[in-house]
Amino acid sequence: MSLFLVVALPFLGALLPGLMNSAGRQACAGVTFTVTLAAFIGLLTNLPTVLAGEVVTTGVNWLPALGMNVNLMLDGLGFFFALLILGIGLLIITYARFYLSRDDNMGEFFTYLLLFQGAMVGIVLSDNILLLIVFWELTSLSSFLLIGYWKHLPEGRQGARMALTVTGMGGLALIGGMLILGNITGSYDLSVILQSREIIQASPLYLPALVLILLGCFTKSAQFPFHFWLPHAMAAPTPVSAYLHSATMVKAGIFLMARLWPVLSGTPEWFVIVTTAGLVTMVLGAVIALFKHDLKALLAFSTVSHLGLITMLLGTGTAFGAMAAVFHILNHATFKAALFMSAGIVDHETHTRDIRRLGGLRHLMPVTFGIVTLAALSMAGIPLLNGFLSKEMMLEEAHHTVLFGSHWLAPSLAVIGSLFSAAYCFRLISHTFLGPKRDDYPAHPHDPGFGMWGPPALLVVLVVMIGCAPFLAEPFVKIVTASLLGEAATVPTAHFKIWHGLVPALYMSIAAVLGGLVVLALFKPLLRMWDGAPRPEAKVIFEALVDAVVALSRGIIHSLHTGAFSRYAAIAAVTITAAGYHAWATGSVGAATRVPQPAGPVEIAGWVMLVTATLGLVFLHRNRLLSLILIGIVGLMVSVGFVLFSAPDLAMTQITVEVVTIILLLLALNFLPNRTPVESTVLRRMRDAVVAIAAGLATFALSYHFLLRDTVAPSISEFHLASSYKGGGGSNVVNVILVDFRGFDTFGEIIVLGIAALLIYALTETLLDGPVRARLLNRKPDQPRAGDMHPMMMVVLTRVLMPLVMLVGFYIFWRGHNEPGGGFIAGLIVSIGVVMQYMASGFSWTSARLRYPYHGVIGAGVLIAGLTGIGSWFFGKPFLTSDFTYVRIPPFEKFELATAALFDLGVFLAVVGAVMLSLESFSRLARRSQMTDNEHPMDIDPSRAESDPADPGNPKREGV
Amino acid sequence: MGLELLVASAIGILTAAGMYLVLRLRTFPVIMGMSLLTYAVNVFLFASGRLTIGAPPILTDAARYTDPLPQALVLTAIVISFGMTAVVVMIGLGAYLGGDDDRVNDPAPETEAEETT
Repeated sequence: MSLFLVVALPFLGALLPGLMNSAGRQACAGVTFTVTLAAFIGLLTNLPTVLAGEVVTTGVNWLPALGMNVNLMLDGLGFFFALLILGIGLLIITYARFYLSRDDNMGEFFTYLLLFQGAMVGIVLSDNILLLIVFWELTSLSSFLLIGYWKHLPEGRQGARMALTVTGMGGLALIGGMLILGNITGSYDLSVILQSREIIQASPLYLPALVLILLGCFTKSAQFPFHFWLPHAMAAPTPVSAYLHSATMVKAGIFLMARLWPVLSGTPEWFVIVTTAGLVTMVLGAVIALFKHDLKALLAFSTVSHLGLITMLLGTGTAFGAMAAVFHILNHATFKAALFMSAGIVDHETHTRDIRRLGGLRHLMPVTFGIVTLAALSMAGIPLLNGFLSKEMMLEEAHHTVLFGSHWLAPSLAVIGSLFSAAYCFRLISHTFLGPKRDDYPAHPHDPGFGMWGPPALLVVLVVMIGCAPFLAEPFVKIVTASLLGEAATVPTAHFKIWHGLVPALYMSIAAVLGGLVVLALFKPLLRMWDGAPRPEAKVIFEALVDAVVALSRGIIHSLHTGAFSRYAAIAAVTITAAGYHAWATGSVGAATRVPQPAGPVEIAGWVMLVTATLGLVFLHRNRLLSLILIGIVGLMVSVGFVLFSAPDLAMTQITVEVVTIILLLLALNFLPNRTPVESTVLRRMRDAVVAIAAGLATFALSYHFLLRDTVAPSISEFHLASSYKGGGGSNVVNVILVDFRGFDTFGEIIVLGIAALLIYALTETLLDGPVRARLLNRKPDQPRAGDMHPMMMVVLTRVLMPLVMLVGFYIFWRGHNEPGGGFIAGLIVSIGVVMQYMASGFSWTSARLRYPYHGVIGAGVLIAGLTGIGSWFFGKPFLTSDFTYVRIPPFEKFELATAALFDLGVFLAVVGAVMLSLESFSRLARRSQMTDNEHPMDIDPSRAESDPADPGNPKREGV
Repeated sequence: MGLELLVASAIGILTAAGMYLVLRLRTFPVIMGMSLLTYAVNVFLFASGRLTIGAPPILTDAARYTDPLPQALVLTAIVISFGMTAVVVMIGLGAYLGGDDDRVNDPAPETEAEETT
């Protein structure tokens, strides 16, 4: 199966559990299992190639200019991790089916789980490090969702937040490190990077890259000092803890260290940082784990400790260490997932995970007892179980490791770690299952059904099998090690054996196990000492840090962001003007190249009207109705200006937009107070005037200077003028630019327009659903209403005009390609025609005759425009390539058919829909506040009339 | 007096008036001011094609045409600015209907504290 499919299947499958949710829990889990199984089998089909030592690769270019391509590769290492992710995934899905209660939303859970699974598979199969980062971040996000799955638990939410913060910060560091790495080698492809060991290690940027990448790995794999998030993430449901926090996600950091091992390891920096962090984590995790009373917390810290062990093995930089690391990853995944699932079983059955309240369970839950005992003894490093083998190899490796010039530091720390590790394993078994049976369990425990204990049992079978017959796992581990090492080293020849003879590692192992028993015997006094000792609580420190950062940003934001809009506007205006002035003062101005064109009396008269209206607006703006009239004059004069300066399309657009804007503002003024009170002081008004005049002078100077100079470089307009007719088939160049040359822009713009209208609609809906509704219903108009709401003259006139307006709209639309006009203008004209009906005949009358909702009209417009663009794909052309032809249908003259006209139709519909939806939303508000709902046009307001207008025999009504 | 001076001064005056109204304290004058600024910006963009009389960009036998590109850009800008004005008006109206107050500035924190006590 193609690697693409293996990665894509979980993502595609993530849609299914949500859909299957209503089909029941069985179906939900079943579909998740099937999807994972399909990916698992797909992975296995590649096994022969991997076993032959070859690398399966596949890829497509995504953003080649950025070096970011979807290149996937499958070698031994990737196969190993993918096998763990999908294989353990299958067991976890089975287990989760029985673990989750009826109250839990199973579809949601499995959707998150599959998203996570896909992201993990993506990480281990990526051949491109940028792609790897994308998947890396996806695991952080999906694990956030999974940890916080029980949204009602504050611990879950806090744990999820902490995990996201820590791993997210690590992810940022990782991006930096990866970019440096790509910069050094000149490629973001792993296959290239892995060949560049010498270049990378010789680069002066090696150390920063190493530190940043290790930050990413350490945060993800919970290495000291970032180990604290993992135990808090245990608030997640147990399947999540077992899957993410023991078997897969926390191994992502380990995976990346293993992946980059051939190029990054072997330097003193790598050795010191990685080995030290690993050793410290291993000891610290083991010691803390011993004193945890919560089963899952104990397992969490033991996971931290074992991750430290693996990190340490990778850090030594020897081939033997790497092989031991691979082997321990395999072994740890088997016994730890089994232990987590068993902890979940104990929790599920006894309703507590507190070891102090447990004990004696071996009589009540013999099966679980057997599973836990075998898995825990393996973790403790008891012979004939797989944990023993890799622990021996670790001790052997530690024995040869010289850290900080000391021969005994690494071995003794390794022994201490193993000792505490053995101790907490023994405690886990004895304090939970051994001892007398108690009679105060919170519930009546017994072994669960096979669905829950089957998956961990299967893993324990593996634990014993590998433990007794290590030669079974050896070939596979060696293949994985070979691909980990790459060309940097050769696979060690040592064989996996239970008995190596009387070597130092054996003595160290014996010391650890015996020491573990001693520590368990002394547990009570040790616990008292532990509880008495002061120690930093990571969660408190973390929260204090977060609080400090929040307080800092709050301080900064509140001092800058005061909610005073006028202040922002003033600051922006002053800043922009000052920047412009700076450019003006430091730059040079060329000589004028254009001769000023003389202005006649008509032009001057127009200017005077514009300026008078504008200044009038400033001084009379407190009278809001008057200011509407004045701004209408301004708009009119701007339109006239467009006519003068050879822009007929603009003039038509401006004047139609002017009409709908004024109607819109009138509708708004219906509710707003009609006067603006005097509030600001004279001083403030003076200040505002200074700012405004400075801005005005600046724009004046800028415009005046460039109006008198030609463009520095010839513009693209020459091309547009030259190819408008030949290429676009239209002689109105502005329209051809809109629907053809820059059609993609226009497409975006009609979408923006549609979104704006939908936003207005949504705001209206929200207002009408809230407390505003009552206020609107109780509202008394502040001015007397007109007696006849629908004047007859107006009704008759608008209805007669309607077909005429439509005709004009159609004409303007159709001629738009060659003469001034087009979809935008036609849309506005038709909207005005419809708005007239609303105004004259009333809201109810008009909406009763409305066949299509305006949302649909917007959608149809965008869809038509988009489909027109897509249509060109079928002819192998890029999006929105237009075509045209001339046809002749007698008795008409020859006319043009262009795909651009279809696109323009989309524009037309989107404009009509958007304008009408906005205006309709405003008038819906108005309708709420009206006392009566006028069913009929041309009626008389009954609140004015003495007699009942509903009476058909009413003489007044007949008189109308 | 040249046409260039007229247009440039009109842009300047529209900007100054718009800016002054934007700095007012109630929603309606601010919306008016933004409309004036919209005119100023549209005319400014349009004028970047320089001023030409009697040469619309409709292909005929004429020898010279004005620059069509700024016209196309400004045409969509005019329509979009209608949409944006409508959104801003709706937000202002919603705030007024919801809070019975059409001030654009949040009350200062001190007065807020006084109001709550």
